[in-house]
Amino acid sequence: MSINLEKTFQDALEQVKTWARTNSPWLIHFNSGSCNGCDIEILATLTPRYDLERFGVKLQGSPRHADILICTGPVTRQARERLLRVYEQMPEPKYVVAVGSCAISGGVFQGCYNVIGHIDQVIPVDAYVPGCPPRPEAIIDGVIKLLKSLEAQEQTA
Amino acid sequence: MQKNDQADKFIIPIGPQHPALKEPGHFEFTVDGEIVTGATIRLGYVHRGIEKATESRTWVQNLYLLERVCGICSHIHATAYCLGVERLAGLSVPPRAQAIRELVVELERIHSHMLWLGVAAHEAGFDTLFMYSWRDRETVMDILEGLTGNRVHYSANILGGVKIDVDAEQTKTILQGVDFLEKRTHHYLDVVTTDSAFVQRTAGIAVMSKAVAEHFGAVGPTARASGVTQDIRIDAPYLAYEDFPVEIVLDTAGDLKARFVVRVQELFQSYQVIRAILDKLPAGELAVTMPRRIKENETISRVEAPRGELFYYLKSNGTDKPERIKIRTPSICNFGTVPALAAGHQLADMPMILAGIDPCFSCNDRMVTIHRPADDSQTWTWEMLRQYGISYYREKER
Ligand code: SF4
Repeated sequence: MSINLEKTFQDALEQVKTWARTNSPWLIHFNSGSCNGCDIEILATLTPRYDLERFGVKLQGSPRHADILICTGPVTRQARERLLRVYEQMPEPKYVVAVGSCAISGGVFQGCYNVIGHIDQVIPVDAYVPGCPPRPEAIIDGVIKLLKSLEAQEQTA
Repeated sequence: MQKNDQADKFIIPIGPQHPALKEPGHFEFTVDGEIVTGATIRLGYVHRGIEKATESRTWVQNLYLLERVCGICSHIHATAYCLGVERLAGLSVPPRAQAIRELVVELERIHSHMLWLGVAAHEAGFDTLFMYSWRDRETVMDILEGLTGNRVHYSANILGGVKIDVDAEQTKTILQGVDFLEKRTHHYLDVVTTDSAFVQRTAGIAVMSKAVAEHFGAVGPTARASGVTQDIRIDAPYLAYEDFPVEIVLDTAGDLKARFVVRVQELFQSYQVIRAILDKLPAGELAVTMPRRIKENETISRVEAPRGELFYYLKSNGTDKPERIKIRTPSICNFGTVPALAAGHQLADMPMILAGIDPCFSCNDRMVTIHRPADDSQTWTWEMLRQYGISYYREKER
């Protein structure tokens, strides 16, 4: 019987990576045309009442350090390129959470001449949090659900 | 060694995605060592084309669209729009509705100023104050949610009145909340004026004289911190500001500290007005019926948003849709002051200077075409704007 050492090692490495990430993911936030309401609620999740950081989640500035991209707003023509660039700068594996009706469908801004559309027309999205804007609890729930699904993936793998 | 002028100059690009502000904007600072010698700002990342979009929606639909111009001062946008449309249609709105609108406007001002206080403190590296002010801000968010059902876009207004009422129970919670916040605000005033580390970051930084403020057309607390006596609530009272007036808060220092002090002291004015309104809330109807179509007419509407004067121009054409709506938001007026104030300061002061005007990008990003008087007038149609947008960005991608 031959054991593929290389493969076993790779699998183990993947598992360790997922384990580490699901325990303490770093988030980056990008606003591609939102009205600000969603952004403020994302910021509110960090503050004492909601305190997202108790889950080991940290909001930080550079795409190169981030595991999860939180997107708000519809995608405007000018922000599209930046959104793509931020996404491409993030290291693999990466996940995207679309926060707010605008990010999901374009919301009230559907059909505006400078709006291309919603987030998943530009980059792949892993979790959607509906609301205009979603409550901070909902945003936390969205992120936690994403983490849970990653854990589940790990177990089945 | 010879000094080479060119080599000393660095341009530091920041944004549009950057950790300091939650909204996209692109800045380029020319620096000489640590000192900033020039600044340019590029806005427009969140330009969506709302003004044009209003022309293809009905008067009622536009209320919800315009509320979403800005997620911080959403109610004031809806109020400015409602006041304008009601004037166009010749409606007289019941006094109770006007008073409730004013109540929500002032609650919104509290939430906006506390939010700003936290963000500005965060820019100064004073995260404790950020956490405290945002914790206390939840009190007013709870009040707003209890009153209107939502934390951000309240939709308290309808054309012709309001759709919410204030009962005795709510009055009690609001008053309790306001008492608590007032106590905390005294504390904040204390912190921003006496905390020595904080005062070092703000006192004497980015001083704007009254003349400069007037030259750039600064508005709101930014202008009032430089001694410009301008507050639409007093200069041209709308809603119920005649019955429930506020006093102007001025400072003549013109530096960052003055901007902190003016905003924090404005909170006291808001508390006082809220108490006055709840004490003498006029009885009566909440709304009158609004006609679907409005005959040809035009009007303006001016209100004092948390960041300064907000201006709406509205034109109707006899149908159920507007002919033209023009919005001028306070942030765009204040933005002009930033490059002027930046020169001569440390690079590390830039986030503070920027935060000092309380910028809000989502209401900033609008399109302006400059039109010389000699040209024939021109109308941009929906299709032309779309084509213009597409070709502009194609061009840029090349
Ligand atoms: S979903 Fe609502 S709050 Fe969020 S960006 Fe869109 S309009 Fe603003």
